[in-house]
Amino acid sequence: MKLFVPLATACLLATAGTAHAADPHLARNLAATCANCHGTNGHAVKGSGMDALAGMEKAKILQKLADYKSGDKPASIMHQIAKGYTEAQLDLIAGYFAAQK
Amino acid sequence: MMLMKRRDFLKAGAAAGAMASLYGCAGGGKASGHVVVVGGGYGGATVAKYLRMWSEGGVQVTLIERNPTFISCPISNLVIGGTKTMEDITISYEGLRSKWGVRVIQDDVVAVDAARKTVSLKGGSALSYDRLVLSPGVDFMWDEIPGLKSADAQSKILHAWKAGPQTVALRQQLESMKDGGVYAISIPKAPYRCPPGPYERACLVANYFKQSKPKSKVIILDANEDVMSKKGLFTKAWSDLYKGIIEYRNNSEVKDVEVATNTAVLEFDKFKADVLNVIPPHRAGDIAHKSGIKLVNNRWVDINWQSMESTSTPGIHVLGDAIFPAPTMPKSGHMANQHGKLAAAAILNLLSGQAPNPEPVVMNTCYSFVDGKNAIHVASVHQYDAATKTVQPVKGAGGVSVARNELEGKAALGWAKNIWADMLT
Repeated sequence: MKLFVPLATACLLATAGTAHAADPHLARNLAATCANCHGTNGHAVKGSGMDALAGMEKAKILQKLADYKSGDKPASIMHQIAKGYTEAQLDLIAGYFAAQK
Repeated sequence: MMLMKRRDFLKAGAAAGAMASLYGCAGGGKASGHVVVVGGGYGGATVAKYLRMWSEGGVQVTLIERNPTFISCPISNLVIGGTKTMEDITISYEGLRSKWGVRVIQDDVVAVDAARKTVSLKGGSALSYDRLVLSPGVDFMWDEIPGLKSADAQSKILHAWKAGPQTVALRQQLESMKDGGVYAISIPKAPYRCPPGPYERACLVANYFKQSKPKSKVIILDANEDVMSKKGLFTKAWSDLYKGIIEYRNNSEVKDVEVATNTAVLEFDKFKADVLNVIPPHRAGDIAHKSGIKLVNNRWVDINWQSMESTSTPGIHVLGDAIFPAPTMPKSGHMANQHGKLAAAAILNLLSGQAPNPEPVVMNTCYSFVDGKNAIHVASVHQYDAATKTVQPVKGAGGVSVARNELEGKAALGWAKNIWADMLT
């Protein structure tokens, strides 16, 4: 095992130097913050009254979020939550849910 | 900063790094290994499911939980208020077993050996782990209320601050109380589990009295200077809905109790109630104290916010109410579920030789009922801040309800259905 350690170290250093904010699972991780209300991977429990986001068109999700942020779409809570994420984060989240079957 | 990051990275990645190198640098290898999770509440159940789901079965997960079923603290105030039953808030661990392949063991962890990476169970066996997750919730500081130290005293003056038998027992005490009686609830100094919870409970007990025992009173003995959460919304509910029923007393810390007479002992005063509900001060669950990891104020676990890993002990991640919270972050079930996902992502990265996501985000939503149908909320979003090395609430985001309403009462129950499914099925 010892033989591999320097090699692993080199790999890790290379990754650390270049991969800031490039976690390959960033979209998945961000979308998971929505799952408490909208269901795992956007599959909301049927009859729970929450929007199921899985498979919804990305542009549609982004438009909804933009409307919450601007106040164009009235909401009890989503206007407060949408404002907590950057545009880039919302783009990743919408893309992730759109890709769910 | 970069130096610091690299050092943390190397330290954290060393265990899995050797294996990962076999698969090359790009993206790391597939995560594998064995993760032991202690505690199957909102944090522990979530991390167990998400580790299995996100590793596509590559990581073995053992969840150790002392109770046979999950019983939710959120919504349990509705059981105490009489509009929901225990059945409504009880869920089996079978979904974690059969759907997600989590090995669920009903037992108690009595010791952690961080050097040998093992945990010992009350039942006598020991388990080894590659990474350990502690999600032990809170335990009570009985020394702070000496009269409550004995099991006998604890069976008479209830906290009902862990959902289960005490939830049922408090409901029974309220049902047995004569009309014209007094229910008093004491709130410890912050931080405590579920900041709006005691005020919600006061509302729901008052709602029950209003309908069934209209001469009865609810007294809130709050150790804090003021209402700790959703203040305007709660005080409006008290004056609109429960005038003459709920009385709020700030700076009223309960220092002791006289069990024989159901009396709360305050600093300069005593208060006798027919039903006395004392929520003692609490701290991270006992196993966090026994495991030797670094605590803040000898109460809460100090963690690294990029991984939920103990700042003192690599390989041990801690979630939920047990941690020293980030600024303005409440101790809530919703938050614990978010911690579980943050930890699952970080653990899978570490087990495959990658650094944890450097910019985690968590968010909180908390609904409180003010009667059987109407609810109010508080929400917040917390983004990682490299300068302070913690997650900070996003300014301009989050907030509370405009006014109590039935739509949010429905949303609160919808929230419960979805978060329970998100963690357990």
